[in-house]
Amino acid sequence: MKSGSKENSPAADRSEADCPAGDRAAGGATADSRAVVLARIRAALRDVPADESPEDVSVPRTYRRTVLPGDTVALFAARVADYRATVVRTSPEDVARTVAVLLERRGVRRVVVPDGFPPEFLTRTDADLVGDSPPLSVRQLDSLDCTLTTAAVAIAETGTIVLDTGPGQGRRALSLIPDHHLCVVRAEQIAPDVPGALAGLDPHRPLTFVSGPSATSDIELQRVEGVHGPRTLDVVLVVTAPSGAHP
Amino acid sequence: MTDDSDHDGRVWLGTPAFPEAARSALADTRLRHNLRHATTTIRAKRLDATGEVPHWEELREAGAAIKRRTTRHLAHYLEQLEANVTAAGGTVHWATDAAEANRIVERLVRAGGGGEAERHEVVKVKSMATQEIGLNEALAAAGITAYETDLAELIVQLGQDRPSHILVPAIHRNRAEIREIFAERMGERGRAAPADLTDDPKALAEAARLHLREKFLTARVAISGANFAAADTGTIAVVESEGNGRMCLTLPETLITVMGIEKVVPSFADLELFLQLLPRSSTGERMNPYTSLWTGVTPGDGPQDFHLILLDNGRTDVLKDTVGRQALACIRCSACLNVCPVYERTGGHAYGSVYPGPIGAVLTPQLAGVRRAASLPFASTLCGACYDACPVKIDIPEILVHLRAKVVEAKRDDRALPTPEALAMKAASTVLDSPGLLGVAQRAAAAGGRLTSGRGGRIRRLPGPLGGWSATRDTPPPPRESFRAWWRENREER
Amino acid sequence: MRIGLFVTCLNDTLFPGTGRAVVTVLERLGHTVEFPRDQTCCAQMHFNTGYRPESVPMVARFARVFAGYDAIVTPSASCAAMIRDNHPVLAEQLGDAALREAVADVVPAVHELTEFLVDVLGVTDVGAVFPHRVTYHPTCHSLRGVRLGDRPLRLLRAVKGIDLVDLAAADACCGFGGTFAVKNADTSTAILADKMTTVMSTGAEVLCAADNSCLMHIGGGLVRLNSGVRTLHLAEILAATEGTR
Repeated sequence: MKSGSKENSPAADRSEADCPAGDRAAGGATADSRAVVLARIRAALRDVPADESPEDVSVPRTYRRTVLPGDTVALFAARVADYRATVVRTSPEDVARTVAVLLERRGVRRVVVPDGFPPEFLTRTDADLVGDSPPLSVRQLDSLDCTLTTAAVAIAETGTIVLDTGPGQGRRALSLIPDHHLCVVRAEQIAPDVPGALAGLDPHRPLTFVSGPSATSDIELQRVEGVHGPRTLDVVLVVTAPSGAHP
Repeated sequence: MTDDSDHDGRVWLGTPAFPEAARSALADTRLRHNLRHATTTIRAKRLDATGEVPHWEELREAGAAIKRRTTRHLAHYLEQLEANVTAAGGTVHWATDAAEANRIVERLVRAGGGGEAERHEVVKVKSMATQEIGLNEALAAAGITAYETDLAELIVQLGQDRPSHILVPAIHRNRAEIREIFAERMGERGRAAPADLTDDPKALAEAARLHLREKFLTARVAISGANFAAADTGTIAVVESEGNGRMCLTLPETLITVMGIEKVVPSFADLELFLQLLPRSSTGERMNPYTSLWTGVTPGDGPQDFHLILLDNGRTDVLKDTVGRQALACIRCSACLNVCPVYERTGGHAYGSVYPGPIGAVLTPQLAGVRRAASLPFASTLCGACYDACPVKIDIPEILVHLRAKVVEAKRDDRALPTPEALAMKAASTVLDSPGLLGVAQRAAAAGGRLTSGRGGRIRRLPGPLGGWSATRDTPPPPRESFRAWWRENREER
Repeated sequence: MRIGLFVTCLNDTLFPGTGRAVVTVLERLGHTVEFPRDQTCCAQMHFNTGYRPESVPMVARFARVFAGYDAIVTPSASCAAMIRDNHPVLAEQLGDAALREAVADVVPAVHELTEFLVDVLGVTDVGAVFPHRVTYHPTCHSLRGVRLGDRPLRLLRAVKGIDLVDLAAADACCGFGGTFAVKNADTSTAILADKMTTVMSTGAEVLCAADNSCLMHIGGGLVRLNSGVRTLHLAEILAATEGTR
């Protein structure tokens, strides 16, 4: 069905008929429009008792009763892998080697390293390390192979990592433009579920929830990994207790 | 009931009434195949994703309650949101209608930074609110080109098409059609598709990546919608999959977010609920690939100029209706579309609105006026699948029936003479309120049925408006003896 | 226990065999059934098509006629849902306190047949014999209106000789929808076609359900196609014994 002018014209034509003259002045007198919208809302809600407070409308929070899975770390690893991201468990002593192996495996030559990223994780890689101060341009970022970050928190139930631009994570563009994102997550950072993760986050920082590589389901609702965001996501999971898994 | 002629600019009803629009959609076998394939796929995924959450029903209950709280105290939360966005360095605008919202955006785009050339281009994140107000068309009329960056929106825009689904606007297109659109049209608006483009979804996604990359890296102004806005912190949430959202929300200097006033939620903590309900209900994933949350402006990171436009455009009319207002709880997951037997057969275009499917059938008549969308409340079998699927428990069948009564009422008000349907209903109610008349009618029907039934004792053709029924179904003739006649003979006179 | 049968206007007029079957089953289980003669219709068609004022007399009549019964049994999930969900709404909207009370008194006594058998009488084996291949379509109002769950299937599984086969995509709507089938005949037919395909692929001789309205729609299509599948309200299967049909 084509978009005919018939359907589109009303959007542009409507203005004069409908609103009090006040909110129409000078193509956007928004102060008046604010009053108009708020007055309309109050008029529409006359049935709500004047003495009702928002808290009087009860919200059952029983869903917060977390059904804890046996092993949060294993669950996180499995759920990240479900998105076709790579998860590698390693010990604190072995992070640098694991990072090096993963970068090598992906053929990474130049990698962005945000301020505050633990230098001890970088001791084994041969890749060129590029810092972000002064900030790299988008063009420069677009020419780099990979970004290394830590995370603010992770979510086991959904296999999600959350970045809050804190130390080791950099500004949002860093984990977005290069086509490969390698994220180091410590097991202690894994919250069991979404409520657990949100509780520990600061809303005044920009937050990015990442669940697997970029993907789309827009073609026949079939999931395809890899669109505009990084097409490769590697998660290095640092587990303090000795663990047998190695890359 | 108000005159509906002042409701232009809301959701664009430009199609014929639903039964006619549906007829042409039903005749399109490719469309029906595409829809069946897509809705079957997503239904199974949604059931998996919701079924694995043991407390899913409790999440739905809480989601409904939070939306109820917000709706009943909407002005309070909007003022709180405005204060917190402003305190965090953003600018809040209010728009009473589509035209005003479009004017505000246009003005902000022109004021947006950058050289002369860039000033006339914007990148867009998929947004229902901007679809609803016809923003792209309004910007085009003002000489500003808007580039849709969501893959499905790109398909729709390049194909000069209409979206037919809330979540997957190009659900009516299959991979072969998409390949054709990309191959033919991408070059007209930027980087052309590779010459050897195949219809493999991976290849199509790659073509979109290459086509839009340059737009992202050079855009000065981005326009987005909002999935949620937390009043207590001023935090806005955009939920997406491809990373086009992150590109738009992060790279340009200026970000303009157009948000329906009903998208506000009381608190940042409430996102813990909606970030579970939305992805599992919409794409059937535990979590969508990317969710961006931001609060105002962050120095040194992302857009340094942030504008939030709070849009009414008919929502306060919906709010007046104590039954219909629950439709404002909608989080645009589109689960109701995917489970709807009607949507699955007709697709979204037949609804003539940016909001198709069951939620569209209740939102569109309320936003545009029941007179302009009189057929939509009837475009449902009332099977109830939508209500069961809705993550915030909107009782769509209840609203449909409520709006049907409003349509009938409007027709009564508008006409000197009753419609034939109203006459028939009146006659039926007279008979059905009288056991005596019902008995007479049963005996008459039994006699008439025996006269009209053909071979095999079935009625093959019924008169008048019932012709549509009998075109594909035989009807049993009324039996010689009704139940009440049998009862009288066998139980009362025994 | 005083049991009143609400047979429904559709069954009364077009499917009296279903009403007789309910009487047979309940009497076989040792109960006496009454049929209040002043009953007519639950007003579903009027209410769902938007004719609320016209629905009111039928709602009032239902409350009046069935006042005082311990149990009101109906062989229609759809009508049971209408009474339970919408009679109180209408009474409330009308603001008529007497009607509101009358409706509130009568509604809790209303049971769809399988609810009554399983929940109230506590039986699943009603002594039926039906040696045929049968498939069951859970109508939308059975499934999502009164939420019958597996009650109909538990009753059917206890029928001697029955060969009960699963219906694919059983929870999908058949496309009837009352006046929807007339107002949106083309869409209704398209939905029906898919339901018929799944029914025919079961190889069943009989398709049963807890609502004759949907069965009339599906059955009308199946006959037109000469499919050889006949439709039967599940009450008629539960009433069947050696030698019937």
